[in-house]
Amino acid sequence: MSEMIATTKKQSRQLSAEEIREIEHEKTHYPYTQAVGLEALKIVQKHQGWVSDESLLAVAEYLDIPVADLEGVATFFNMIFRRPVGKNVICLCDSVACWMLGCDDLKAQITSRLGIEYGETTEDGEFTLLPVPCLGACDKAPVLMVGRETHRHVDPENLDQLLNELQRENTKSKKTM
Amino acid sequence: MADGMSEKVSITIDNQAIEVDPDKNLLEEVLSAGLDLPYFCWHPSMDSVGSCRQCAMTEYADEEDQHGRLIMACMSSPRDGARYSLQAAADFRAEIIEGMMISHPHDCAVCEEGGECHLQDMTVMSGHTYRRYDGTKVTHRNQNLGPFIGHEMNRCITCYRCVRFYRDYAGGTDLGAQASHHHVYFGRYDDGPLESEFSGNLAEVCPTGVFTDKVFSKHYSRKWDLQTSPSICAGCSIGCNINPGERYGTLRRVVNRYNDEVNGYFICDRGRFGTGYVNDDAVRIRQSMTRSSQDADPVLVSNADALQQLQDMSGAIGIGSPRASMEANFALREKVGKANFYAGLSQQEFAILQQILSIYQDTPAHIASLKDVEASDAVLILGEDLTNTAARMALAVRQSVRHRSFEKAAEQKIPLWHDAAVRKLAMDERSPLYILSPHATRLDDVSETTHICNAGQAARIAAAVASRFDKEVLAPEKLDKAEQALVKRITASFKGARQPLIIAGSNSMSLPLVQSAANLAQALYQKNELTQLALVGSEANGLGLMLLMEDSQQDLQQAFATGTQSAIVVENDLYRRAPTAEVDHFIAGLEQLAVIDNIKTRTGEQAHLVCASATFAESSGTFVNYEGRAQHYYATFKPVDSILPATRWLAPETSLATLTQACSQTLANCAGMADLTPGQDYHYAGLLVPRQQFRYSGRTAMRANKNVHEPKQEQDPDGIMSYSMEGVSPLKEARVFNTPWAPGWNSNQSVFKFQDEVGGHLKQSSIGVRLLDKRNSAEEGGYIALDSSEKNTAFPLYHLFGSEELSAQSQAIQARATSAYVAMNPADADRLGFNAGGGVTVQGNGVVPLLLRDSIATGSVGISVGLPGLNVHDVLPDVSLEPAPQWQAPPQWQPDNIIVSDRLHKLHEQEGD
Amino acid sequence: MDKALTKNIDETRGPLDYQGYVAAGGYASVAKAMEMAPRDMMALIKEAGLGGRGGAGFNTGLKWSFIPEPDGGPRYLVVNADEMEPGTFKDRLLMEQDPHLLIEGVIASAWALQATTAYIFLRGEYTDAEELLLTAIDEAYAHGMLGTSVNGSDYRLELYLHTSAGRYICGEETALINALEGQRATPRAKPPFPQISGLWGRPTLVNNVETICNIPSIVLNGVDWFKQQGLGEEAGSKMFGISGRVNNPGCWELPLGTTFRTLLEDYAGGMREGYSLKAFLPGGGSTDFLMPEHLDVPMSYSEVGKLGSRLGTALVMVLDDKTCPIGCIHNLIKFFSHESCGWCTPCRDGLPWVEHMLLEIEQGRGKREYLDILKEMTGYMGPGKTFCALAPGAMAPLQSGLKHFMAEFEQHIDEQCCPYKHDHQLQRSA
Repeated sequence: MSEMIATTKKQSRQLSAEEIREIEHEKTHYPYTQAVGLEALKIVQKHQGWVSDESLLAVAEYLDIPVADLEGVATFFNMIFRRPVGKNVICLCDSVACWMLGCDDLKAQITSRLGIEYGETTEDGEFTLLPVPCLGACDKAPVLMVGRETHRHVDPENLDQLLNELQRENTKSKKTM
Repeated sequence: MADGMSEKVSITIDNQAIEVDPDKNLLEEVLSAGLDLPYFCWHPSMDSVGSCRQCAMTEYADEEDQHGRLIMACMSSPRDGARYSLQAAADFRAEIIEGMMISHPHDCAVCEEGGECHLQDMTVMSGHTYRRYDGTKVTHRNQNLGPFIGHEMNRCITCYRCVRFYRDYAGGTDLGAQASHHHVYFGRYDDGPLESEFSGNLAEVCPTGVFTDKVFSKHYSRKWDLQTSPSICAGCSIGCNINPGERYGTLRRVVNRYNDEVNGYFICDRGRFGTGYVNDDAVRIRQSMTRSSQDADPVLVSNADALQQLQDMSGAIGIGSPRASMEANFALREKVGKANFYAGLSQQEFAILQQILSIYQDTPAHIASLKDVEASDAVLILGEDLTNTAARMALAVRQSVRHRSFEKAAEQKIPLWHDAAVRKLAMDERSPLYILSPHATRLDDVSETTHICNAGQAARIAAAVASRFDKEVLAPEKLDKAEQALVKRITASFKGARQPLIIAGSNSMSLPLVQSAANLAQALYQKNELTQLALVGSEANGLGLMLLMEDSQQDLQQAFATGTQSAIVVENDLYRRAPTAEVDHFIAGLEQLAVIDNIKTRTGEQAHLVCASATFAESSGTFVNYEGRAQHYYATFKPVDSILPATRWLAPETSLATLTQACSQTLANCAGMADLTPGQDYHYAGLLVPRQQFRYSGRTAMRANKNVHEPKQEQDPDGIMSYSMEGVSPLKEARVFNTPWAPGWNSNQSVFKFQDEVGGHLKQSSIGVRLLDKRNSAEEGGYIALDSSEKNTAFPLYHLFGSEELSAQSQAIQARATSAYVAMNPADADRLGFNAGGGVTVQGNGVVPLLLRDSIATGSVGISVGLPGLNVHDVLPDVSLEPAPQWQAPPQWQPDNIIVSDRLHKLHEQEGD
Repeated sequence: MDKALTKNIDETRGPLDYQGYVAAGGYASVAKAMEMAPRDMMALIKEAGLGGRGGAGFNTGLKWSFIPEPDGGPRYLVVNADEMEPGTFKDRLLMEQDPHLLIEGVIASAWALQATTAYIFLRGEYTDAEELLLTAIDEAYAHGMLGTSVNGSDYRLELYLHTSAGRYICGEETALINALEGQRATPRAKPPFPQISGLWGRPTLVNNVETICNIPSIVLNGVDWFKQQGLGEEAGSKMFGISGRVNNPGCWELPLGTTFRTLLEDYAGGMREGYSLKAFLPGGGSTDFLMPEHLDVPMSYSEVGKLGSRLGTALVMVLDDKTCPIGCIHNLIKFFSHESCGWCTPCRDGLPWVEHMLLEIEQGRGKREYLDILKEMTGYMGPGKTFCALAPGAMAPLQSGLKHFMAEFEQHIDEQCCPYKHDHQLQRSA
């Protein structure tokens, strides 16, 4: 009779005290809580690496804004990740100056070394590769970002070095865990 | 929308001079002038946002200008004396539609929208015939949006209408736009039923087949193959105009039928999805039957035998029904005699409806149509949970709060059709809406204050406001400080309002509340002659039934008291009207009980004679809505021969038109009913009004599996419509507005071709007759002394999906409905020893779940109405509940969101001055 | 006298802190501005002829003057720091090297507008600028330049940093306002302009970083001084820059009206060896290509405009003779197509179509009829057709490219391959 809807209702996750503290701080900047939505998603992403459904629901509940609204915003912006990403998110600028100066080669280099295309994450969960629009350092092209760090004048050698370093750090952090 | 009319200005479009209203946008005026200009994102009820770019025109700076500039008609105000061209922008419009179509699947042949698709129409109109894009199409995953609405995102052309209707217009929160660029997606955050009570309108608002009527899809037919008629929704007292469609003897769907004074372009989901019972053999009575005694098995009988048995029932009393037509009730009254005719209403509902009728006759205030509700700029709702009792009115109230935004826009010279700008400028500033209710409601998100209190207290607060407008009304006592502050705020809002409105109704089951509403309207009228009053009922013809009762006081309890041995009940289940024991006792005492009904009921199960009557879809008749508007509905299709309209059971030889005329001549206040239809002998050049479109297919073949001979065309003895595709052209002379269609406009958007201007009056057809409109300035009655005997220990809780008898028998509605329950405030539960999560034993009704909600008035208990498992009449007014702590909830019982309004239980109440 | 924008910039040293900035004469314009009546200051900026530095070049003071008189409610100043125009890297430099200059400009401008709150809408990827600005804002609050009593007066101004999450469309001022409100960053129809109904329906001004950074020196040095900073009709200095295969790519503050030749040869050190100038985009990805014969164009809004292009952001991208122009245009269109907000039809559905055709051509699968469709598309998405300026901007390199590089387009299609493929491979192996 009644049509069953094949979903398991997802539950929101408890926001951490730190997340709440940071969201509360942002709230003081705006007269309407809806404005905090994007900032809150970024805060959650900073702490969790990405925005899961559970996190999305948690932010919507915490700010008392419809989850549909928040999803509309979350899926609109390039830098909000609604799928899990690697520990290191490599954002390779593919806009015109970097394209002229060989970003496609760098991309090929990353793909052959890590085995991931744009939008993919390495199986060990260490790296995600994404294209990013012009990073505003065209005089120092090609450019890429890893996490919050911008790397300029990237060439095959220093890219290799950079990946070496990141992999070393990854193994190091794994060992200490 | 705008107050008053501006002077018309003259413009020329491709050298054709037209007069236009400068306050409207150019697109509206082009369409109103009868010209064709394609559009998508604009909608007459939702105005302009300018996103689709489809309605491009060329505007010329002056007479010398040869090139002109491209403008979007929907985003432009007509400029006096300006020169425009549709032709000059034709190429751009073709490019626009070609752009929209690059990812469209071109699946018209298997798409439910095909044949009434605005996108198809606009594609043809724009001249896009060949697809040059040869790349990959974008595809999407669809969502399961619940039992009502199907989802096929690949068809989307991204006009944003769905979210503009769902969110901006109807206040829904669970549908949104996601992603961006060529990947924009419209859906919920996750699979799940659309929560809005108006979700069905998406199927009509969506210009193509993204959102479709899922119930219709399961048993689909093309629009042109549907036999349709103008009809009236039987789901509540609003009387929305609908257009049901039939094929092969089953009712396939219901869509909105435009009536500018009632439902405009939208109906609620109960009305749209609540007619499945018509086709359901488990619910319907398809053949008359007899029983030798109340518990004997029924025996099928022929119509002739059943008619004879009815004929033989002399001395029977008649029990009418608020869900039966005027004509059916009248025929029963004629059959049994006025003295033996009883309204099938509980004592309480009878008293309240009678009070409402008397108020309507006395009040100096204007009785508000839905159009008036929308036009009101300060609203007070007393006790009615409109979203669940008269949903379309809730949607109208939601529009009323926008007046403040129109004022602000006018101050800034922002045209009122500039929807996004008007909404943004006002942010959350709204015209005042006050709600006094025993629980949270679905309108609380737009109310200035929702004050949780019982009906008695609401009546006192209304009286206190009234006393501030007229000293003759005594200011009541028993108001606390917060309530006194609230009274002040309401008073101030009403003083500043251009058109104040008070809403109450019979569903609150409180007589003093209705009385107090009337007093307030009268007091307010002393200061403002535009004061409006709306008192809603519960069923399609409740007020009509009261008109039939005239000065009679005969409610159901009176019928029980007669001690009669013979009764005829028309389309009524007495167990929904009175305490179970009383009905049992009454029926047990009857020698003869005849029930004429279209659905199986507990009453019918005990009847000696059951006559199979036709539903609204199979018969014609008149309903009188909450405002006293009589509206005629025409049968959509002819049922099997064993089913007769109730009128034909009761008055076999009398035509419907004769009964309608008799009503108009016999009953006080019903003279207007004579004007509802063009008259029984109406025809134009010898032609009737066709129920079938001229593209109706298979007439000679559709029954060929049964008989190779084409059957004789069905005749409609009751009317001016034919069961045929031949007849008067719907666009020209038809006096009846059936399914809108115009050349090049196959979708429902064609309705503007039937209006005197976009969003205006219908050029043809009746929009109903308001029976209670005063012809002369009425003599004002005095104020009503409030009935002070009411106890207010319990209040009713309604569900749009489940509380109404007929729609609740429809599978789609059942998928969204719940069973009976009792609700109370946790503080009361603590005090009285009811445990959270357990059940309660309700006297005479077994155990039902107990819901605890902060947003429920303390000192009262809420009782669900009409849901299976509990007869509210057994409980009210004196409630006796026992805790049932051992009770285990059945697995299907999911109290989350049971009281739909729960989701908004955070009250934005600002007490204090 | 000192340069208006870069006087404190020394990339080897890094940005000045509050004390250093004040010691260098910083924040002096705040007191001077507040001696003026707000409307007088608006008039001053209008007279100075400061064109909006976001790319449109509209007179800033005139734009300000449309804000209504204060009504006691909130009024907003929003700094557009969502720099994302391909090839543009000037605001990043200003914010990373002299954050206090921007804050000083905000305070002075906010006074003129009688704004109650200001936001800096910063591109999320600019993480260094984010940290530097946060520190600088804190310092400015701590020293009484922001907050309840700006510079000891009874004028109250709050300044907040909002970091976005990466969308080019947020550079469009009404889309930026929607983003700041926490909504999808689709643009709004104008009118009403943000000065009337902006952030949360209140009067709002949105100005580019570089525009705001010009305000302090205009206040301090006056209209005549500012006008003298330009070489021609147009007033002021401007951040110019070059990227691509030049010897010394970079960004410099130079007088408006400096010729492109000066920029290329004197500042960027000319083309790299082995490469010659094929064409250049004068001011970001949404400007029309100019050709080598335009080497002597004075880089001003009007002079570049006369050639059918736009000065835009004045950050030049140089296309050399070994880079495929169709590949270059495809790269730009791919960017714009992805960054379309999805609100209006031509942009949302037209750009991916164009992107598709360009890719097919570039990869050797192009059809002749594509050329007609591409031409048609430049009209379809031209000015006045779309909801905002994104798609018309995207059409600028395409329409000029179709004009200047038609031979290459045809060669791609006729030969069903990219004639530059060989060059590209050579570059790779080099």
